[in-house]
Amino acid sequence: MDFTLKIWRQKDAASRGRFVTYHLEGISPDCSFLEMLDILNDQLVQKGEDPVAFDHDCREGICGACSLYINGRPHGPDDAITTCQLHMRRFRDGDTIVVEPWRAKAFPVIKDLIVDRSAFDKIIQAGGYISVNTGGVPDANTIPIQKEHADIAMDAAACIGCGACVAACKNASAMLFVSAKVSHLSMLPQGKIEAARRVKAMLEEMDRLGFGNCSNTGACEAECPKQISLSHIARLNREYFKAILG
Amino acid sequence: MSSIFTSSVGKKLMMSLAGLFLIVFLLVHLGINLLLILYNSPETYNRAAHFMQTNILIKIIEIVLFGGFFLHMIYGVIVQIENWLSRPKGYRVANYSQTSFFSRFMIHTAAIIFVFLVIHLLDFYFKAKFGEPKLVTYSDGKEMVDFGSMIIAKFHLPGFVIGYILAILFLGFHLLHGFQSAFQTLGLNHKTYTPVVKALGIIYTLVVVSGFTAIPLVIYFD
Ligand code: SF4
Ligand code: FES
Repeated sequence: MDFTLKIWRQKDAASRGRFVTYHLEGISPDCSFLEMLDILNDQLVQKGEDPVAFDHDCREGICGACSLYINGRPHGPDDAITTCQLHMRRFRDGDTIVVEPWRAKAFPVIKDLIVDRSAFDKIIQAGGYISVNTGGVPDANTIPIQKEHADIAMDAAACIGCGACVAACKNASAMLFVSAKVSHLSMLPQGKIEAARRVKAMLEEMDRLGFGNCSNTGACEAECPKQISLSHIARLNREYFKAILG
Repeated sequence: MSSIFTSSVGKKLMMSLAGLFLIVFLLVHLGINLLLILYNSPETYNRAAHFMQTNILIKIIEIVLFGGFFLHMIYGVIVQIENWLSRPKGYRVANYSQTSFFSRFMIHTAAIIFVFLVIHLLDFYFKAKFGEPKLVTYSDGKEMVDFGSMIIAKFHLPGFVIGYILAILFLGFHLLHGFQSAFQTLGLNHKTYTPVVKALGIIYTLVVVSGFTAIPLVIYFD
């Protein structure tokens, strides 16, 4: 398959970036999107050019390192997958593919397609934890937890912190991410104790870092590779009101 | 506690509460306006409007109402400006995955509704309060502002009718997202009830839009 790629190139955080067009030929349809970029980079290196910088790690959809805003969608045209799980068969031969970094004030570009997502770490540091030593892995069912609650916590815990929700949101809001973390911990007995302090601290940090305000458009939910639901945002709001009023 | 007025979720809470209050107000407003086409003479409408103008309880609610408009607008503008600032550099290819279409245009529909609201208040509300409105005396000797005839005269001007209906349509777009969004912001999201809320929002919008557009049309073509 042949592709025309329009890729955002930016030397470093301080320089102005621009789109550069590349042509790739003879790409296998079974090639993953990141492998396709590897092939491109190989060719660039051979030509003595600077390879395109992009984030990746596990390449199996679980770490949340890969990003890329592909043809107007975070993680590309498929639903519920990360960019590393996207394959070139999803495109048509001869397609032009525009690849951009996540765009948000809180996610500044470091180089090319890599953005600094440490804002998420700062939010976690503000309260996304429990303050007791949990010891080793406990036996199953030693702490009784209602099945429904365990399910909700598990669904929320699926968030890999990739930031696609921020990238997709027209307000660059981090509410889906924060809600997943708050939901995950507040549904479980270990996390309940610090729930009030946690939700206030995490939201305060989120606001401070310059993420936008949620306006319930639902783009985050539609683009989240782990299909984190908007219902977690509603729970986050409830937890916040409880914390403020209680 | 003060963060309820300044945090992102707090600001949205204010907006949603004020918005829900305005949603209730719209229904009351529509109910009264419908009197204009349900009865042949403007008398019933005028009496209702007179009651709304003079009743002490309504006067208090009126202050709350203006407060509600004010809060909703101020917070709406602040939230929107912050949201614009949160993405200083945009995408080349626009994201089309928003699941709630009208949510993208809330500030735009809001601006149109605001202009309409100002004209609307100047035309009717302030005219009655501070201008020299037309008065009418009914058989029981009560003298009151003849709002009904004022409105009926306006609704015979084709330009006015078209502008009015357009404004109501934009109000409808605003409500389509706003209604259900208010519930989500309040933290009310439920597997079974959220679809019901969404359906209610659509029904509510249809009622408000068809009601408010029917009135000028019926009067114009009468
Ligand atoms: S909520 Fe979804 S989109 Fe957002 S960071 Fe977590 S996994 Fe990524
Ligand atoms: S590289 Fe780990 S999720 Fe894509």
